[in-house]
Amino acid sequence: MKLKDIIGGISRSESVKDIYISLFSILLALIIGALLIFLIGSSPLQAFTVMLDGAFGSISNIANTLSKTIPLIFTGLAVAVAFRCGLFNIGAEGQLYLGAFFSVLTALKFSFLPAFLLLPVAILGGIISGMIWGGIPGFFKAQFGTHEVVVTVMMNYIGINITSYLVNYPFKAEGWVAQTDIIPNAANLPKLIPKTQLSAGLIVAIIAALAVYFLLWKTDFGYEIRAVGENPTTAESGGINIKKNISLAMAISGGLAALAGVTQSLGVYERFIDGFSPGYGFTGIAVAVLGRNHPLGVILTALLFGALETGALKMDRVTEISNDLVIVIQGLVILFVAAPEIIRSILKRRESQ
Amino acid sequence: MTLAIEMKNITKQFPGVKANDKVSFNVEKGEIHSLLGENGAGKTTLMNVLFGLYKAEKGEIFLKGEKIAIENPKQALKKGLGMVHQHFMLINRMTVLENIILGMGNELSLNKKEHRKRINKLAGKYDFAINIDEKIENLSVGMKQRVEILKTLYRGAEIIIFDEPTAVLTPGEVEELYNILNMLRDQGKTVIFITHKLNETMEIADRITVLRNGKKVSTIRKEDTNTNKLAQLMVGREVEFEVEIKEKKPGNEILKVKNLELLLGKNESIDLSIQQGEIVGIAGVEGNGQLELEEMIMGLRKVKKGHIYLNNKEITEMRTKDRKKMKIAYIPSDRHNRAIFKNFTIEENILLGYHYKLPFCKNHILQKDNLKKHSQKIISDYNIKTPDSGQLIKNLSGGNQQKVVLGREVSQQPEFILAAQPTRGLDIGAIEYIHNLLLELREDNKGILLISADLNEVIKLSDRIAVLYEGKFMGLKDKKDFSRKEIGMLMAGEMIDSEA
Repeated sequence: MKLKDIIGGISRSESVKDIYISLFSILLALIIGALLIFLIGSSPLQAFTVMLDGAFGSISNIANTLSKTIPLIFTGLAVAVAFRCGLFNIGAEGQLYLGAFFSVLTALKFSFLPAFLLLPVAILGGIISGMIWGGIPGFFKAQFGTHEVVVTVMMNYIGINITSYLVNYPFKAEGWVAQTDIIPNAANLPKLIPKTQLSAGLIVAIIAALAVYFLLWKTDFGYEIRAVGENPTTAESGGINIKKNISLAMAISGGLAALAGVTQSLGVYERFIDGFSPGYGFTGIAVAVLGRNHPLGVILTALLFGALETGALKMDRVTEISNDLVIVIQGLVILFVAAPEIIRSILKRRESQ
Repeated sequence: MTLAIEMKNITKQFPGVKANDKVSFNVEKGEIHSLLGENGAGKTTLMNVLFGLYKAEKGEIFLKGEKIAIENPKQALKKGLGMVHQHFMLINRMTVLENIILGMGNELSLNKKEHRKRINKLAGKYDFAINIDEKIENLSVGMKQRVEILKTLYRGAEIIIFDEPTAVLTPGEVEELYNILNMLRDQGKTVIFITHKLNETMEIADRITVLRNGKKVSTIRKEDTNTNKLAQLMVGREVEFEVEIKEKKPGNEILKVKNLELLLGKNESIDLSIQQGEIVGIAGVEGNGQLELEEMIMGLRKVKKGHIYLNNKEITEMRTKDRKKMKIAYIPSDRHNRAIFKNFTIEENILLGYHYKLPFCKNHILQKDNLKKHSQKIISDYNIKTPDSGQLIKNLSGGNQQKVVLGREVSQQPEFILAAQPTRGLDIGAIEYIHNLLLELREDNKGILLISADLNEVIKLSDRIAVLYEGKFMGLKDKKDFSRKEIGMLMAGEMIDSEA
């Protein structure tokens, strides 16, 4: 059984039936979650009510939920685009650190630019650094046949540690904390709702999702990317350049992942902070899988994960249940989505024997 | 006459399709019984039920008059059933002897010496000229098949099922297989021969059972039928076998291959020229350079030595995309890995190769309306059975998938057509359709290179024939100057004495 077959199976399915599989997996995970809560002697009903309230109970709760959704949309899209080209981008985490750092650095170094230009230029700086960081493993795979999983994993360490070094030494702001100076106001992503964390990053995320949809299904570039992902040898005999598309898809994936860091830095922290990501890049893999590698699925899944997370915070405060339970539920959801593919691939192997 | 096997009213249902619908089938002891039918007719399903691989919903199986229920292949072996699969189940790095005794260790606690003696004796009995200490990888395909037969015999099989056994053999090897089958029958064994080839059936079978769409159509003695009648039973309508090929003067040279080395290290090369309005057929057993030739012409494999010209322009180093721009239509031999995206719709499959240009793409935006219109036209022109062009191509039959590929390639007004194994695995109806299409294209003054492992197909369609053996042409002549026997010998690499 090959990992790639399983991922491939998950990523290529597009029919309505598969959406049911996703929904059913969520339901099943919630039921098991409820059972666990029951077993540790609490009330599942109360826990879920509290969670729901924590996620959507007030304007500021909704804003917090949406704010948590934003980076997951970007990393989910990033992984999904790579999946569609048959590639497994585990490097979103490193790419988003690069994106975050270089968008902040751009904002700091180009502060002389007119106000209306600074924000777009800063965002662009972040995207480009992510595209390079994602494009390198793509290029290596295309040219030398290295495995993108290995290279992206290694580049995660390099990316995270390089930015960590930069923010601890050359670009460290005064004080105890490993963070940069605060960026000029003009480079801030404006807040959508004042006094919350929700920034215009949400709009950027939705635009990015629409752009990914348009690219993949409405343009010849996207057709080539999907063709290479579906069957590289068939694509090749149709005159499609496999190498070019692998590099391109990884670069786009890296750029999208970078936006997760960019929107966090420019929209929430207003600076780069060492180690700010709680693993958005890795959660993005789960978001892409559960969202069936479709932009709409990614948005909905990111929203679900965002809601679970903010809800869990409240649950942790109000009840005796640890918010780690949410991680269990997320894990179960993924397991149930992936399980049919794993089973199918085992069966296939049996058959071929 | 005693019945070796009797299967009564076997019904096997798969989701959405009845693979076997009340099929009754009986085999007499000591006969060669041909199980004939198109792909998907239910032959393999029926044999898998017999062999215990599938469980039928309804029906009974009798072995020598005794009702049995076989749960798995192991039990089938114990009851004296053996199967020779199309794809050999042999381990290349082991010797013949080791392969034969593999997995028998526990049941027969004999030493290798004793096995050797017994196997040699058995091989002698059937005149298998085989060295049982040779490694499998050094054997020819025909010899490997003998090892498979020996394996079933050594396990005590009384009834042996052959699943499309001639598909991989040269004509000479087919003759030898026939001899073996006859010998098996003369020794009292019972042979079931699964095939979709009519001439094979007429050659070897004593009785014939024809399946169509999961139902038994008829069981007949060979003496009471002929090829045309069988074809009609198999397909359900009359089939044209002989096509009239009009005399035609070839036009300008369209494809030229010069000194092209197909197989690395063999130091052999080929020269070939194809004119407009002719079909040149490449006969030969697969693996002799066919795939290399196909991929080199399309730019999918690097040319180490030699040159390829299309319309007098050298294309040896050109990208596939640019070759396609020069109006090559390509029907790949490996449909699943070269021609179609199985999880894409028919439309998206038709788009391949033309996805970047008008009328399907304008300023990088796909023009879905134009694509849809074009796809619908292909569906109706090529008589593709599907509810609409938005269906996933994997839901179509192999024949209809191939028609989509042909439609895609031919609808772009090609000047040269590379058709590699264009009818492999397809049923008679689709084969007939594709043959007629290729002949129409010839009539339309296109140059066509037909690479096929099916000798009948090559002989039927080609103006000129070349036989490919180990990377070189064993002969390239007008069809009328070749006899079938001659081609068969060349395919096996045997030189013909130049008597003329």
